Amino acid sequence: MDIVYAIWLRYVKRYLRSKSRIVGSLGMPLFFLLVLGFGLNSVVNLPGMGQGYIGFIIPGIISMSVLFTSVFSGIQIIWDKQFGFLKETLVAPVSRLEIMLGQTFGGATTSVIQGLIILVLSLFIGLNIASIAGFLVAFVFMLLIGISFTAFGIAIASKMEDMHGFQLIMNFVIFPIFGLSGALFPIDGLPSWMKALTLLDPLTYGVEGIRYGLLGTSQINPFFSFVVLTGFTVCMVVFGAYLFRKINV
Amino acid sequence: MIAIQVENLTKRFNGLTAVDNISFSINRGEVFGLLGPNGAGKTTTIAMLSTMLKPTSGSASVNNFDMLKNEGDVRKSIGIVFQDQSLDEELTAYENMDFHGRLYRIPKKIRQKKITELLELVELEKKKNNLVKTFSGGMRRRLEIARGLLHEPKVLFLDEPTLGLDPQTRNHLWEYIEKLNKEKGITIVLTTHYMEEADRLCDRMAILDQGMIIVLDTSEKLKEEIGGDVITIKSLEIDHLYSKINALSWVKHAEPHDDSVTISLQNAEKHVAEIVNLASVNGIVIDSISIHKPTLEDVFLHFTGRTIREEKSSTKDQMRMMHRMKRG
Repeated sequence: MDIVYAIWLRYVKRYLRSKSRIVGSLGMPLFFLLVLGFGLNSVVNLPGMGQGYIGFIIPGIISMSVLFTSVFSGIQIIWDKQFGFLKETLVAPVSRLEIMLGQTFGGATTSVIQGLIILVLSLFIGLNIASIAGFLVAFVFMLLIGISFTAFGIAIASKMEDMHGFQLIMNFVIFPIFGLSGALFPIDGLPSWMKALTLLDPLTYGVEGIRYGLLGTSQINPFFSFVVLTGFTVCMVVFGAYLFRKINV
Repeated sequence: MIAIQVENLTKRFNGLTAVDNISFSINRGEVFGLLGPNGAGKTTTIAMLSTMLKPTSGSASVNNFDMLKNEGDVRKSIGIVFQDQSLDEELTAYENMDFHGRLYRIPKKIRQKKITELLELVELEKKKNNLVKTFSGGMRRRLEIARGLLHEPKVLFLDEPTLGLDPQTRNHLWEYIEKLNKEKGITIVLTTHYMEEADRLCDRMAILDQGMIIVLDTSEKLKEEIGGDVITIKSLEIDHLYSKINALSWVKHAEPHDDSVTISLQNAEKHVAEIVNLASVNGIVIDSISIHKPTLEDVFLHFTGRTIREEKSSTKDQMRMMHRMKRG
């Protein structure tokens, strides 16, 4: 556990030091929140949603923030690979699994912090958290998104040689995961083919879980969301650990 | 006492043989050099000995631990400074050390004490809270060496420790390495393509080319084999000069050329003054004198009968590319 902690500590230290990154990665989620939220708030009328469209997408934007930060954190291993630091870790008498877990928890921590920043900022534009318990539910779902997608990022990074493929991953994997997740629209009432895609998207369950925690309503049973997302997280960690074990420097 | 025993070690990357059936042993407390041009297999050899890379065939033991069976024990007992930098630039010198100490499970109290001690050794104690990205190349190297020593390894691998450093820093580093070896008794295995470096530091060295050991001996023996230094004297009165020089008792091998005389001998520096005196006493005008130390190029030429060609460096690139393709 102390090895996992050592690697986690390094991640968090680096994160806290890169102020520009913290602020920079708030940009897009905030932009989405404000432009879509205020832009569509008067046009979109969601039955049963007390807090309007802007309230509806806050959980989605929080998920987005966690998703992007976590994938990016995982992919950062490529930099460690290129700058040589990964060698230092890999030549130490520690198992690859410990290294991978340390990095996963490090990435998950930073991405949850990013999500929490969005959450706090949302309080100023009208988010009312239903209860402390609700907040904790949302927190758990944020953590699961953070862990699973950092592990996913590590899996990708283990197969990538440099950052050239980063755009590809962002545009063809991460954006679709975000777009299809029901972060921006309700799942009910979608054409059936799109609904199917949405239900295949693991992030959907994260968004729905956070939405249940923060707003008290969701279209998918929160317990079911929790089971699906936990299952996905376990799979991703195993998958990431497997690919990371084979990484070569 | 043997620190490292290598038997028939071979590594192939997709048909390209990087290390070809090499065997040697390194004694405890020795400074051992692996010398060769880029792509000769030095780094690959070190990567295998440090268990970073699995050999295609052959075996090796490090500190009596089998490289293949006791990977963890080998890793605990060695320190390594890679050819390319492996520090986290966003962390301070102290944090880099601390991270290493945690990875090697050094208890907190000992860790803190050792870090301070080692940072003092490499004269970075005052900079311990500065971010590594503000450090110069030499400082980074020193920090890496200090880090490699934190878990008290018995063997320290240094892969091209002074590559890309200025002469002054290089000299400084050499002093550290000597000190480590003499005072702490650490066995040091270093790779280099500077003959001068190997000459200064190594008790014995192996010259590698295309993955094979061409020759392995002490630096004295190797230099004897080549014939030591070369003095080149340029003058207009070659014949006169040659006859005078050839008459000197310590000159064993001198040759007249068109506008110069060359003398091969050991410790050329000690005899330069004598040659100048001899010339002025006899009224011979000397245009210039130069001393030429045997370089890897000369050693190479001597043992392989050919020069180090530029293609050598691209062999390594090819190897890397193949390695990548294999992985990809």
